[in-house]
Amino acid sequence: MNLIGLFVAVVLSALGLILLGGTVLAVTHLAQRRGQPRLPDPEMGIKLKLGGIVVGVYVALFVLHKLIDGGGALAKVLDTLFTVTSGVLFLALLISVLYWGASQYAEPWRERLRVAVFIGPALMLLIGGLVLPSFTTAKMSLYTGEQADKWYGLGNFRDLFTKHDNLILLRNTFWWVIFATAASTMIGIVIARLADRMRGESAAKALIFMPMAISMVGAGVIWRFIYDKNKDIGLLNWVWVHLDGVLPGKQQPHLWLQDKTFFGIESSWLPGSNTVFMIIVLIWIQAGFATVVMSAALKGVPDDLVEAAKIDGATERQAFFKVVLPYIKPTIITVLTTIAIACLKIFDIVQAMALGGTFDNNVLANSMYTNSFTQGNPGFGSALAVIIFIAVIPVVWINVRNIRSQRSAR
Amino acid sequence: MEAAISTPAKDLTPVSTKITKKLSGLPGRILVWTMAVVWTIPTFGLLISSMRPEDDIKSTGWWNFFVHPSTTTENYSRVLHYTGGSGRPFSNYFWNSLAITIPGSIIPIVVAAFAAYALSWMTFKGRDTLFVIIVALMVVPLQMCLIPLMRFFNSDWSPLNGGIPQIWIAHAIFAMPLAIFLMRNFISSLPSEVIEAARVDGATHMTIFTRIVMPLSVPAIASIAIFQFLWVWNDLLVAKVFGGGSKSAPMTSALNDMVGTKGSEWQLLTAGAFVSMIVPLIVFLSLQRYFVRGLLAGSVKG
Repeated sequence: MNLIGLFVAVVLSALGLILLGGTVLAVTHLAQRRGQPRLPDPEMGIKLKLGGIVVGVYVALFVLHKLIDGGGALAKVLDTLFTVTSGVLFLALLISVLYWGASQYAEPWRERLRVAVFIGPALMLLIGGLVLPSFTTAKMSLYTGEQADKWYGLGNFRDLFTKHDNLILLRNTFWWVIFATAASTMIGIVIARLADRMRGESAAKALIFMPMAISMVGAGVIWRFIYDKNKDIGLLNWVWVHLDGVLPGKQQPHLWLQDKTFFGIESSWLPGSNTVFMIIVLIWIQAGFATVVMSAALKGVPDDLVEAAKIDGATERQAFFKVVLPYIKPTIITVLTTIAIACLKIFDIVQAMALGGTFDNNVLANSMYTNSFTQGNPGFGSALAVIIFIAVIPVVWINVRNIRSQRSAR
Repeated sequence: MEAAISTPAKDLTPVSTKITKKLSGLPGRILVWTMAVVWTIPTFGLLISSMRPEDDIKSTGWWNFFVHPSTTTENYSRVLHYTGGSGRPFSNYFWNSLAITIPGSIIPIVVAAFAAYALSWMTFKGRDTLFVIIVALMVVPLQMCLIPLMRFFNSDWSPLNGGIPQIWIAHAIFAMPLAIFLMRNFISSLPSEVIEAARVDGATHMTIFTRIVMPLSVPAIASIAIFQFLWVWNDLLVAKVFGGGSKSAPMTSALNDMVGTKGSEWQLLTAGAFVSMIVPLIVFLSLQRYFVRGLLAGSVKG
């Protein structure tokens, strides 16, 4: 039985009933008021015109979209326009029709139904899309099989914490969180501090911030290009072979993304350097975020505070570590938690760069996807989702407590 | 850019210390600019490579471009017509991305705005508790919802028939807690006199919402919209799960497939990656101020 389906069906029927009732009421009102003069609506003309234009454009789009078919570019553009307008108009129509329906009732039901129309769509998405699915996923994590229909108890979790390949998921995700969070935040603080009130500050920060706009898949392509095994393509290997003779040992072109050892060290609890090279991509993306947020916080530190510390004999360095850093601590926590959550759910970079995750470089969220949707083990995929959920809770809790303490401080 | 976040502190430093600060700041400035350059090199190298002829890309590093410059637009025309395994040209996915992203940003914001208005200016029992519960839902990672939602969309219960609308709904769901949180914080802080005055004049909720609340909320909406736009445009996971095949796949998905099948065809990959980055980069460069604000606000997305 489909819990979400049942919920959606119940909600849709309820909405239908409200609308039906509203229509009935409207018709009765109309019948009662027949013959009586109506108040003219001064905006009726504009409303009609606007409605006419919208309907006209939409019909025109529909006709064109049906007429011009095939694989051409114009057809695709029309198709896109039609899809976009359909989606937006459908939402507008849905809410206005429901609101009209609610307005036909007498008080107190009118107000109650209007509240329902305003908040209902959001609640429907939240309950049907987040709450019910979460319970279903939690339940599914106790099952196994292609359809997740065979009872397995806590078997999925036992497998996760005992099998070698799965322990690697936990290990790698752990190091993602540690490395990427620490490095991005540190870079953020250092650059924000050094760039503060520097000439060309915003230009430099914009350059560091730019990777934030790029998709992680795009970033994956960019960095695969840098890590390419051919020294005449990949920048890293080019630099590496030119370090031959500078560094001890022989520097040959290296398959960076396939190296399971931690820079030559064989260890079962350290991540492979292939993972480290993927983490660098996330650091590249998140450092700009950290810089911009830290920079904003630094500018909020009152100058008098720093000056007072200096008059009391503190050096520049002491003033920074003892006065400025504690002052911006809430911001540091926000940055740390944000990046930590991103790491716990890291998926796109691993999809684009991990070569199928066969080099001991897979992570929780990617394995969750493959187990659930390509390898036919949704039970185990659900267990991984539950683990991500449990791991996220304390981080979000720290974040929320942090926001609350900031509020109360003001 | 930072003025968007907080007003810069007053500069009280005396001139003499400013001069010493400038001098001692030289290593710092060098470091900052080195970082900025290092951070730009990867993207810059991709851009240069995407404009070099295939033979050049495969035989010499992109940095040789400055010694032997030769440019071509062939990579771009080839990648836009590149069809891969699906038989659809890459340019198709650009339009898919737009068709996914625009409603994928508008729908959650509109739905959240209505809810935020109800949570701020309508009175009903349990309103504040409801708001706390909605905010608490930010904890739920989208991984918790993928499989059941997918099963629902594939079942007979679903009113939708595959493809792009499913992706809209999924994005609307995952954006909802944060969007409601941010919109409610903004809408509830609007001056109550304005809204009370409208009520006294007999305005209905819908009129107050569309005529007063929405126009006043434009700054908040802009920030959230840009954040959501880039989130949806750059998303891979939701599109992969709910897109259901290449017909409605966005560019991130097509690019990811190209990485899998054409992993060393750099003349295609570099141009393809750049095509997928153009829109977010334009948004970033032109609306940086809103982007930063949206990012700061969105940093609590769970």
